[in-house]
Amino acid sequence: MTQQETKIGIESVYKIFGPDPSSVLDRVKDGAGKQELLEETGHTIGIRDVSLDIGVGNIFVVMGLSGSGKSTLIRHINRLIEPTDGRILVDGEDVLRLDAEALRHLRRYKMSMVFQRFALLPHKTVIENVMSGLQIRDEAGGGLIPKGGPVGGIAKRLGLSSGTANAEARDRAQAQVDLVGLQGFENQYPSQLSGGMQQRVGLARALATDAEVLLMDEAFSALDPLIRNDMQDQLIQIQNELSKTIVFITHDLDEALRIGDHIAILRDGELRQVGPPEEILMAPADDYVSRFVKDVNRGRVITVGSIAAEYPAVELVAASFADALGKLEASERNTVYVCDGDGRPVGAVTTKMAQEGRDLSGPIADDSKLDPVQTVDSAAVIEDMLPLAMKSEVPVAVLDGQGALAGGVPRRTVLSALVRRTE
Amino acid sequence: MAQEFPELLNMRAVRIGIDDSFNWVVEHWSETLEEIFLPIVHLLRAIENFLLWMPWYVVIAIIVAMGLAATRSKWVALGLGVMTFLMGFFGLWEPGMKTIALMLTATFLAIIVGIPMGIVMSRSDRVERIALPVLDIMQTMPIFVYLIPFVMLFGPGKIPALLATIVFAVPPVIRLTNLGIRHVDREVVEAFTAFGATRRQLLFGVQVPLAMPTIMAGINQTTMMALSMVVIASMIGAGGLGYQVLQGIQRLEISRGLLAGLAIVFLAVIFDRIAQAYGKRMQQHLHLGH
Repeated sequence: MTQQETKIGIESVYKIFGPDPSSVLDRVKDGAGKQELLEETGHTIGIRDVSLDIGVGNIFVVMGLSGSGKSTLIRHINRLIEPTDGRILVDGEDVLRLDAEALRHLRRYKMSMVFQRFALLPHKTVIENVMSGLQIRDEAGGGLIPKGGPVGGIAKRLGLSSGTANAEARDRAQAQVDLVGLQGFENQYPSQLSGGMQQRVGLARALATDAEVLLMDEAFSALDPLIRNDMQDQLIQIQNELSKTIVFITHDLDEALRIGDHIAILRDGELRQVGPPEEILMAPADDYVSRFVKDVNRGRVITVGSIAAEYPAVELVAASFADALGKLEASERNTVYVCDGDGRPVGAVTTKMAQEGRDLSGPIADDSKLDPVQTVDSAAVIEDMLPLAMKSEVPVAVLDGQGALAGGVPRRTVLSALVRRTE
Repeated sequence: MAQEFPELLNMRAVRIGIDDSFNWVVEHWSETLEEIFLPIVHLLRAIENFLLWMPWYVVIAIIVAMGLAATRSKWVALGLGVMTFLMGFFGLWEPGMKTIALMLTATFLAIIVGIPMGIVMSRSDRVERIALPVLDIMQTMPIFVYLIPFVMLFGPGKIPALLATIVFAVPPVIRLTNLGIRHVDREVVEAFTAFGATRRQLLFGVQVPLAMPTIMAGINQTTMMALSMVVIASMIGAGGLGYQVLQGIQRLEISRGLLAGLAIVFLAVIFDRIAQAYGKRMQQHLHLGH
C-alpha cells in the first residue's frame, strides 16, 4: 500500500468523560488505569492517546468492540464530540480552532455522515431525505422546514421558510438516488422501505452533499448479513467511482478486512494496531489482535502480492540454458522464470529439470523445453489462486498490473499463509 | 388535650400583607391589564358571534364533516352530529355555542403560549427543573384559587373567566411539547447536526415535526381541561353551559343541571374524538408511512 497524502490527521487525542475532565488529564497521560480513575475521581476514559493518519482516497476502518471508543473517535472528526486534549487536522487545518460558523461550513461542505440506525426523517419521502443535507446549506431553512401544516405556518410567520423549491438540489439528490439504486422509490416514506434500502437513502443523503470525507458509523451493522454484503460491495463500487476519504467504524473484523485499505484496531480507547488488512492478519501486534484475527477466513483477505517472493528471471531470446542454470545456482530458489521481451513469464527452468537430466544446452529460443508456468494477478486473494497452486509443480508466477512478472509463490507459502497462527 | 400548634409568625399580618400588596396592584394596574387583554375578549366575541350567526344545521354539518375528515368513519361522524343536534334539542344551543367559543379561544391561546414555553423548557435542563414543579403546582392547586386574583383584577366577566381557563389548561401542552422534543430520536438530531444544521433549523426542521404527535396529545388534553373549567368559570361570568349547571344548583333544578351536564359531555366527546383521530393519523404518517 503506497503512502498517500494525509486527509485527516488525528494527533494524540484524549477524551475523558466526567465532571471535570481536564483536571485528571495529567493523571491519564501518566498512565492511570481506567478502573482506578473511575473509582478515585469518577471519570471514564473514552479515548487515550490515539493518533492516526488517514490518507486521501482511502477507506480507513476503525475496528473495535462496543466500549472500545470507536464511535467516540469518529465523532471527534466533525466535532460532534470535543476532545479533552489533542489535535484534529483536516487538510492540515486544526478543526478544533474553528468557530461555530466555520465548523458548520465544514460539516455542510466537507464532511458527511452515515449512521447505524439510518437517522432519516420519517415524515419526508426518500428524495426529500436525500435532499435534506443540501437544504441545510440554505440558512433561512429552505425546504427542510415544512411549507404546509402547523409547523410551516409558524415558521412562515417567523420568516423562516424561503419556500423556493431548490431544483438544483433535487437534481443532485436524484442522481444519488440513481447511484445507490433506489430509482422508483423516490416518493416512498422511509418506514415503507427495508433496512437495507433505508441505509441506501442514508448513503445517498451523505453523497448528495458531495463532501470529500464520508464518516460511516457502524453504517451496515444493523443490516442482515446478506444485505450487508451487498452494501459493502456497493460501497466499494461507489468508492471506485468517487474516491472519497471514508472513515468507517465497525465491530465486525470481516467487514473491516473486506472494505478497508487501512485498519485501526481500538480497545478500551487505546490504539492497538494500525495497518493494511494483510499486516493485521499476518503480523498481529499483540494477543488481543491475534485473538481477533484467529477466526478470519484468511484466504479471502490476504492478497497474492503480499506473500509473493522475489524470483530470478531470464529473457527468452537473449539467454541460454546455461545462463538460467547459473542464475538458479546463484539464488536460493529452485526456479528461474523465463520471460518474453515485455517481461511476461512464458515458462520456467527448475532445479528438478536439471536433476532429471533433461537436455539443457544451447539457447532457450522458445518455450518448448520449458516447464509451463501458471500466472496470477498480484491483487487477487489467495483463495483464488489455491487451485492453481495445488496443480502447479512450479511456483505460481505473480503478475503486476501490466502483466509483467513481479515474483513467485510456491505452494508451501500459500498453505502456510492460510493456516498460519501467531506464535 | 393535644397541644396547639405554636404561632411562630403572625400569619394574619402576613396574609394582610399579601392581600394589601395585591390590592395595590389591582388599584394601579387593573385598567392597564384590562386594556392589554381586551384583544382576546374581541377574539372570543368574534368566535361566539360567528358560531351563533351560523344556522344550526350548518354548524352540525361542519362538525360531521370534521369528524369524517379526522376519523374516516361515517358512523363516528354521524354520532358526533347527533350529539350536536341533541344539544340544540335540549334547548341549550346558545349556551352551547358560547361554551365552544370559550373553549376554542382558551385552547388557541394556550397553544400559542404553551408550545413556545415547552420548546424553551426542552432546550435547557435547568429551565425544566424549575418549570416541572411549577406545572405540578398549577395542576394540583384547587381551581377556585385561580379565580380569586382574576376576579379582583378584572371584576366578574369574560376576561377573568378566559384567563383562569387558560392558566388551568396550559400545563399539558407545555409538558408534552417539552417531552415530545426531548424524546425525538437522538440519532436524527445528531445526523442533522453533523450535516451542519443550526439550532433553529434543528428545531423547526427536525425536532418540532417529529414531536408533533406528542404535541397533539398535549393539545388534546388542553382542550379537555379547558372544557372541564367551563362550569367553574361560569361562576365568574363566563356564561354558557356552565352557567346552566350553576343555575341548576342555585335553584335546585335537577333537570337543568342534568341536561347542561349532558351537553358538556357531548362537547367533550366531540372534540376528543376529532383531536385524537387527527393525532393518530399524524402518528401513522410519521411512523408507518403515508
